[in-house]
Formats: sequence, C-alpha cells, structure tokens
Amino acid sequence: MSQTTAAVSPGKSVWDGGTSPMGVSYGKLMMWFFLMSDAFTFSGLLITYGLVRSSNPAYAGPVQDFFFATTHWPIPEKVYDAIPFVHGIELPLVFVGFMTFVLIMSSVTMVLAVEAGHRMDRQAVEKWMLWTILGGLTFLSCQAWEWTHFIIGSGDGTATSEVVNGQWVQRIIQGANLHENQYGPPAFADFFFFITGFHGFHVFSGVLFNWLIYYNAATGVYDRRGHYEMVEKVGLYWHFVDLVWVFVFTFFYLV
Amino acid sequence: MAHQEPQVVVLPPNKEKIKKLWRVALILLVVTMMEFIIAFTLPHGPAKTSLFVFLTIVKAGYIVGEFMHLKYEVKVLFWSVLIPMIFIIWMLVAFVYEGTKIVTI
Repeated sequence: MSQTTAAVSPGKSVWDGGTSPMGVSYGKLMMWFFLMSDAFTFSGLLITYGLVRSSNPAYAGPVQDFFFATTHWPIPEKVYDAIPFVHGIELPLVFVGFMTFVLIMSSVTMVLAVEAGHRMDRQAVEKWMLWTILGGLTFLSCQAWEWTHFIIGSGDGTATSEVVNGQWVQRIIQGANLHENQYGPPAFADFFFFITGFHGFHVFSGVLFNWLIYYNAATGVYDRRGHYEMVEKVGLYWHFVDLVWVFVFTFFYLV
Repeated sequence: MAHQEPQVVVLPPNKEKIKKLWRVALILLVVTMMEFIIAFTLPHGPAKTSLFVFLTIVKAGYIVGEFMHLKYEVKVLFWSVLIPMIFIIWMLVAFVYEGTKIVTI
C-alpha cells in the first residue's frame, strides 16, 4: 500500500503541505490580503472622485484669474493655500506638502523599527516606534487643522443664486459642509470629507496599533515570544497608510 | 522569585540595510519635491496629469517594493498581490472615460 502511494506522488511540491508556499507566515499573508481589499476600497473612492470630477464642468480660463463658483470644479491649489498662524498670504500646497513629508518620514522610522526587530534590539524598536507614533499624531493634528480651516472657510465666501418662494435670491456660502461649500460643486467637499476622512481614520487606527506594538515591545512580550514579527505586520499596515496618502496627494491635491 | 527573563541575543545594526532605507526615503522626498515644482511650473493638461501619475507609481513602487519588502518576497506572493491591481487600472480607465459622458449641471 505504501509503495503504491509512493509511486503516485514521486515529487513533493511546496503546495503539498507542511511548508508556507508563499514564504511568509499566516499572519503576514492575511495582512497582505487585507491590504489588497483596502486598496480596492480606496480605489473605489478615488476613482469615483475622478468620475464625478470629469462629469462636472472644469474651470476654463487662465489660472491666475481663477474664481470660486458652485458651477465649476475648483483648482485644488487654489483651495489649499493656507498654513497655520499665517493669515492673508497664499502658500498653495505648502501645508499639505509638509503633511506628506511627515507621513513619509514616519514610514521610514517604521521600517527602521522593523529592522531593529529583526535584530531583537528592544531599545531600538521602542525608540523608532515612538518616532512613528509621533509622526502619526503630527499628521492627525495637521489634518484636524486643515479640516477646521476647510469647514470654517476663508475670504468673502462665494455667491450663489437660488430660487426661494419663486424668486431668484443671491446668497453667500461661507465654508463647507456636506450639502454646500464655497469652493465648488457640493460633491467637491463631500469627496474631501470622505477621502481624507477615511484615510485619516486609517492613520488614527494605525497610531493605536503602533502604540500597542510599542507597549508590547517595552513590556518584553516579543522578547518572551522570541520574535518581533508583530512589528512587521503592523509595519505593513502603516506603510499602506503612507501609500494611500501618496495617491490621495496626487489625485486630490495635485491633479 | 523563580521568574525567568528570556536570554535575548541582540545583533548589531545592519549598517548597509539602514543606509539603503534612508536612500529610499531620500528618493521619495525628492520625487515629492519634483511633483511640487511641476504643480506650479507646467500648464494644466493631460501631459501634466500623466507625469503626476507616473511619479506617483514610482513612489508607490518604492514604498511597496522596499518598505513593505514585496520585491524580496517569493514570486507567488509578489504576483498574487500585483495581478489583482489590473482591475483597479481598468476601473479607473472605464470610470473616468464614462464620467465625461455624464452631464451633471
């Protein structure tokens, strides 16, 4: 009987069991597939942004004559031109550029924490995890300011006409909410809130995970376990958050 | 107290690897700076958008390949993650094209 079995399967491939064919542990593989599904979610949001944007009229004139109106899609650099503590000076995209810098740097400190974990260097893991957490919190604070600025609005607002009791009435829109905004068509602010909000929520949960990793590393959980693989898994998540921001930066702020 | 702390052997930092990681960080920052400069120097249009998309994919490649280490994983894992992204590209092309056919206002 055993001879027959041996004759049927002469060679043993990696898919016959007993090994990990993908070369990674179960946890890391599942993190990869979760991130793939998350990539589809974010793509859905960003592509819908592209769809709605291209179905709305674009501003046609020269950039320096640009004006805000609810009837055409705004040029992003004209919307995001403020930084904290400075009033009245136009600094287009400077603040969001800083936010991008912060997130890329926190991704670097995360990968340094992973490197330290490979060497079982607890102190270095703690140090780099704290830097990563600090980067995440800085990004979230920046986003809180940006949202506040966006919601309150700036300048004199934008005039719109609407029919009230059968009469055309002029009205000024100041700031932004989910049904109207001073920057462009209502969908513009809706996408701003949903896309940056959904990304910000990922950063927020990422900071919580990073904190958990820091806490476990500091209390010696991974030393007792014998490996620092959890740092790698959460590291994958954190890099993904950075990756999504790279796309949001391009498609929401630059294009 | 019979509590036992595990014997942990800490290896010295891998200087070469760390240097490589900082180099990737530098590339990411330089590409972001380039995007920033392009945003204010080139006129709006399809050429500019294509350039932005290209630079974004370059950055994404470095983040996924180096930081997330995918470049060095087993090929089966590499392609299992990358091939499904074809659907995203198709979705993008289809939706943005269809978008121009819808008149909102």
